[in-house]
Amino acid sequence: MKRLGPGLVLALVAGFAFLYLPIVALVAYSFNGSRLVTVWGGFSTRWYGALLSNQPLLDAAWLSLRLAFVSATLASVLGTLAALALARHGRFAGRTLFSGMVLAPLVMPEVITGLSLLLLFVSLDIGRGFWTVTIAHATLGLGFAAIVVQARLARFDTSLEEAARDLGATPLVTFFTVTLPLIAPGVAAAWMLAFTLSLDDLVIASFTTGPGATTLPMRLYSAVRLGVSPEINAACTLLIGAVALVVICASLLLKRERFARG
Amino acid sequence: MKPGSRFARLFPAIPYLWLILFFLIPFAIVLRMALSDADTAIPPYSPHFQGVSELGAFLSALDLENFRLIASDDLYWRSYLTSLRIAALTTLAALAIGYPLAYAMAAAPRRWQGVLIVLVILPFWTSFLIRVYAWIGILRPDGLLDSALLWLGLTAEPLRLLNTEAAVLIGMVYSYLPFMVLPLFASLQKLDRTLLEAAADLGATPSRAFLSVTLPLSLPGILAGSALVFIPAIGEFVIPDLLGGPDTTMIGKALWTEFFSNRDWPLASAVAVVLLVVLVLPLMLLQRARGAAA
Repeated sequence: MKRLGPGLVLALVAGFAFLYLPIVALVAYSFNGSRLVTVWGGFSTRWYGALLSNQPLLDAAWLSLRLAFVSATLASVLGTLAALALARHGRFAGRTLFSGMVLAPLVMPEVITGLSLLLLFVSLDIGRGFWTVTIAHATLGLGFAAIVVQARLARFDTSLEEAARDLGATPLVTFFTVTLPLIAPGVAAAWMLAFTLSLDDLVIASFTTGPGATTLPMRLYSAVRLGVSPEINAACTLLIGAVALVVICASLLLKRERFARG
Repeated sequence: MKPGSRFARLFPAIPYLWLILFFLIPFAIVLRMALSDADTAIPPYSPHFQGVSELGAFLSALDLENFRLIASDDLYWRSYLTSLRIAALTTLAALAIGYPLAYAMAAAPRRWQGVLIVLVILPFWTSFLIRVYAWIGILRPDGLLDSALLWLGLTAEPLRLLNTEAAVLIGMVYSYLPFMVLPLFASLQKLDRTLLEAAADLGATPSRAFLSVTLPLSLPGILAGSALVFIPAIGEFVIPDLLGGPDTTMIGKALWTEFFSNRDWPLASAVAVVLLVVLVLPLMLLQRARGAAA
């Protein structure tokens, strides 16, 4: 491959500067000693200290983490099953409807998904709170998880499964000893994607939550509406750090798996 | 795995039932709600349609009042048009910024490409809210952008972009750019570069070769990226709410206000139904682009 021309290097630099400068500025100002966002008051970690005594924010963060954990687990199990169904069952009744329903939540405006799920919960007379948001997030994550797992299944050597069956393994044993270990990195990546989607969601959670279940994005949103403050910057920086860690772990996991394949 | 085994048959059943219950049925309820009257009761609606047995009565009393209101009220018309305009401008701007980026990524040495893709995806994984918040700090009066421009002497007075349509556009392009870049990159990477060499051998200038070879071959990526940006952008709520002003009421925000502030659930549902109808065309386009890519 020949070297990139100056125009292409410029496109790369400008594109990534656009993507990253706002985040860099946000992180930098979380270490600002001054409360005024426009004035640089020297390096300080005081806003991180202030975060630790902000009990409502910490409660919301803890709730969001538990919620993301449960909904991501549900989403990756359901998404894996959906991906297996789409990849392995050539035709079944309502396949078009099924694949449509798996993919639709990916692009559906969140206000519609949120509103429709809320109306369902109200019709069924289900008390709104932790579990209704969990169900909503699991439904949202299902489609994303299915796509990630499906990509892994597409490169899967089915003769391994056939060999296990020929050697007398039941379908259940085959699934747990052959299929699942081979698609495990995909399932793990799907879980992480569903986890961050849930951690990130404001709109769907606002519609489907009830009293006493205020998630972290909902707290941040009401704080952001009041204006910019270095404490929010500090909270955002911690979140960015956490997410970056998860993404780097995920990509290392996928890379190691690629090396293992040779 | 034999498709005939009972275990295998369970695979589609569980997520299928889940999606019917939590995706399909809710839409039917939204449609029913859209045809109800607003009521002060909690939940605030009085449904016109309780069950199949009442279908006849329901059809005769079909209430299009909410849709009539949407059609007659200036506010909704303008919100839909604003949403369409902002979503279209966002798509064009994302294409203008994303295409050179994706092109350069596809032309980069292969060992860099993995890192470059992670770099494009990484901001997408950080919270949406955080990315919008970052722009508030940049665009607000006395924010980083105005300070930098004044310091450089490029502008005589602050631009004060926050709470304008320009701010909404910047926020939208920023948030949705990865959705444009990734499909573009996928189609540009697959492009057979010997075709460009052939075009050059036959005497085509680089720009001619780009227009008659690269651009048509990357069309599936352009279509997929545009649909992936346009569809969610049109119903966007957070960005116009935090970066926009009174002139930039998009339909997602109108729905939100109708639901949370005015507590008019039937009207909010009717707004959602009309929004879905608007989205049918771009959704079909996306489906076709996916078909072409496969």
